[in-house]
Amino acid sequence: MSEKFLKVEDLKIGARIYPPGEKPRNIDIVHGVSFELEKGKVLGLIGESGAGKSTIGLASMAYGRGGVEITGGKVWVNGREILGTNLKDLRKLRGTEVTYVSQSAAASFNPAKKILEQVIEASLHQGKFSKKEAEARAVELFTKLGLPDPENIGDRYPHQVSGGQLQRCMTALALCPEPDLVVFDEPTTALDVTTQIDVLMAIKEAIRDTGVAALYITHDLAVVAQVSDEIMVLRMGDMVEHGTTDQIINHPVEEYTRDLVSVRSTQHDGKPPTDNPVLTVENVTARYKGTNFDVLHNVTMELHPGQTLAVVGESGSGKSTTARVITGLLPPREGKIHFDGRDLSSDLEGRSREDLRELQMIYQMADVAMNPRQTVGTIIGRPLEFYFGMRGAEKKKRILELLEEIEMGPEFMDRYPAELSGGQKQRVCIARALAAKPKVIICDEVTSALDPLVADGILKLLENLQKIENVAYLFITHDLATVKAIADSIAVMYQGRVVRYGPKADVLAPPFDDYTDLLLSSVPEMRLGWLEEVVQNRKMESAGN
Amino acid sequence: MHPILKLVAQRLALSILLLLAASVLIFVGTTILPGDVAQSILGQAATPESLANLRKELGMDQPATTRYFNWLFGALQGDLGTALTNGRDIVESLGGRLKNTLFLAFWAAVVAVPLAIFLGLLAVRYRERWPDKLISAVTLASISIPEFLIGYLLMYFVGVKLGWAPTVSTIYDSMSLGEKLSAIALPVTVLTMVVLAHMMRMTRAAILNVMQSAYIETAELKGLTSFQVIARHAFPNAIAPVVNVVMLNLAYLVVGVVVVEVVFVYPGMGQYLVDHVAKRDVPVVQACGLIFAAVYIGLNMVADIVSILANPRLRHPK
Repeated sequence: MSEKFLKVEDLKIGARIYPPGEKPRNIDIVHGVSFELEKGKVLGLIGESGAGKSTIGLASMAYGRGGVEITGGKVWVNGREILGTNLKDLRKLRGTEVTYVSQSAAASFNPAKKILEQVIEASLHQGKFSKKEAEARAVELFTKLGLPDPENIGDRYPHQVSGGQLQRCMTALALCPEPDLVVFDEPTTALDVTTQIDVLMAIKEAIRDTGVAALYITHDLAVVAQVSDEIMVLRMGDMVEHGTTDQIINHPVEEYTRDLVSVRSTQHDGKPPTDNPVLTVENVTARYKGTNFDVLHNVTMELHPGQTLAVVGESGSGKSTTARVITGLLPPREGKIHFDGRDLSSDLEGRSREDLRELQMIYQMADVAMNPRQTVGTIIGRPLEFYFGMRGAEKKKRILELLEEIEMGPEFMDRYPAELSGGQKQRVCIARALAAKPKVIICDEVTSALDPLVADGILKLLENLQKIENVAYLFITHDLATVKAIADSIAVMYQGRVVRYGPKADVLAPPFDDYTDLLLSSVPEMRLGWLEEVVQNRKMESAGN
Repeated sequence: MHPILKLVAQRLALSILLLLAASVLIFVGTTILPGDVAQSILGQAATPESLANLRKELGMDQPATTRYFNWLFGALQGDLGTALTNGRDIVESLGGRLKNTLFLAFWAAVVAVPLAIFLGLLAVRYRERWPDKLISAVTLASISIPEFLIGYLLMYFVGVKLGWAPTVSTIYDSMSLGEKLSAIALPVTVLTMVVLAHMMRMTRAAILNVMQSAYIETAELKGLTSFQVIARHAFPNAIAPVVNVVMLNLAYLVVGVVVVEVVFVYPGMGQYLVDHVAKRDVPVVQACGLIFAAVYIGLNMVADIVSILANPRLRHPK
């Protein structure tokens, strides 16, 4: 058993769920998954949400989140079967032999405690190191992970460092007690692409230098291809395919794996701009109330009828703020919004019902954008009543039409949002926006919370609807693959400014400005060795400068 | 300026403003009360002339605003006037009473606050199991029974039948601390039972809320025991709501002990107030009202400030 450090055999996991209005029942989440992992190797677990990736990851610490319970199978860590052991022995295993890096470091660090204190807590608690040793080890890890001021960064509180830095601190937290296995659960998913590269590289080097084994969980195949030795594809709690990274990426056997690998192949040829833009943002400068600095500087962009303008940038670049200005939620300090040949009032109160109707929004979080106590029919019907005064049979007929347009059947009319999947929820939000017969829909990160295949479906739907309804999209996203798939023109934003703007073909063709270059080269590509290549290129560039 | 200082200064200024507003309310409220002080002092012997004379002597002939500002500036200088009924200086007779009330409230708090928080933690640790349910049932039952009834029940069973504690809690300056504590054992028990449930439930709810956070999972995956997770990781993030309800209850211990003081014949502010309300002694009622308001506002201000200090984002800005 020496080299097979982690062994999972026929793992079965279930949960007790409490559906509204029904009796609680048990469901199976994972149905008999087996794998082995050697010391120093990285196994990537990949799949869509609900595939059971995280659940399997946590099962290697014999931990069930919420009502999740491990119902069968065996898990050996260091030659010891852990599922049968009592909680006291499990606590000795957790935090020393097996550690965990979660998706959101921001949520997983206790906001009331200093970073260092949290990084060394497990080592101290388990008596692995003295306080002095643990602190020295933490500083060493901070240095290795490329954190600025490694001697003192631990004295800060979690909110005092950036998201990318905190994610690296989380990795330090996991590596500090010298574990044998680290479970990385989507460690870079919440980060911007440019930050993701640094964190990925830091994680990869840390794994290599410390020789730990790792389970790397993600839904992004391009990312997992960079760090794993092997990949296991999961779907709905079943193993689909398990092989070396090279085999999975380059020679996938199963159809589902092939879908995953090819998901980013959506093509869209950009249409040329017309003479009469439907929406013009002109020299907008804006700041939030009670602050004394501008978050938008001279932002100018045009959206043409029936076309898609993608606004792309990292978090904090001003994408969503631009949307707030356009919708009238944030009146700008300077600049104007023209809409279909007229000036829009800068604040919401000054806009007519027609103004509101013609400009609709779809949000990232479909869950929270719908009233959970209203049925799908009520949700879609509301704008029909509000804008067109529709009632009764007329309204119902239109709702059914809209449901058909979003490729959902009439039976969904009486369902509640909680009964829908993530993709279905977003479709209902799209139908609600379309119900108003708008000229422009602002889509704010509408596919970011969705699995790649589901997101792909939503993008295709949006494109079809655009052809039918001739509606224009202002498409806000941080995902360049999405941009390529849907945009006619692109505005790249950085620190509140539009740094690059034009038709898609021009924006995505060299020569690039520095920022766009960085952004484009940071998008993970689905091939082996991409990460090293990018990092190497950057080192050479910075050496050249 | 450090944002914390700014926030604290804002709270202070707000509290002072609130206290001024309270003083106006107290003054107006007591002035428009039906009944005439002069009439009630003179009683049967009142003649129109003697009434007018007494009113003049008491300053009642002056306009209300003048009387308010005289009263307010007096209060600011520590002069709350003299009691109409016995002509004694209010500050002097009130001082001893206030000290006694604070003494009782202090010891009740010393017992109740840590006990409530500990029971709250325990309830979270064994949530939805019998210790949680038992704690909830007992504390809720004790808050649901009127405090005078608990007082009399304790007096009868613990005081009379078992003879463990004195039934009358009158204390004197000449008593030693031990004798005083023994004397107030029963009222402290009653007060503890009355405020325990509120603080315990809030601690439980606040911590359970925090227990949903991802960092609790992180702590569990570090191999910490359940109680360590709750006390080290959950409680520090639940301080703000807990402090708020603790302060509300402390204020209640000072302001709301009237019934308990009367039941146990305890020489505190509550009894003093009740005596003088009955005699329409307006200056005393005003003075008591002002002190109660100050205690209430002061403790709530402390709660606000502690909540601000408990927030690491405010304490350690970027």
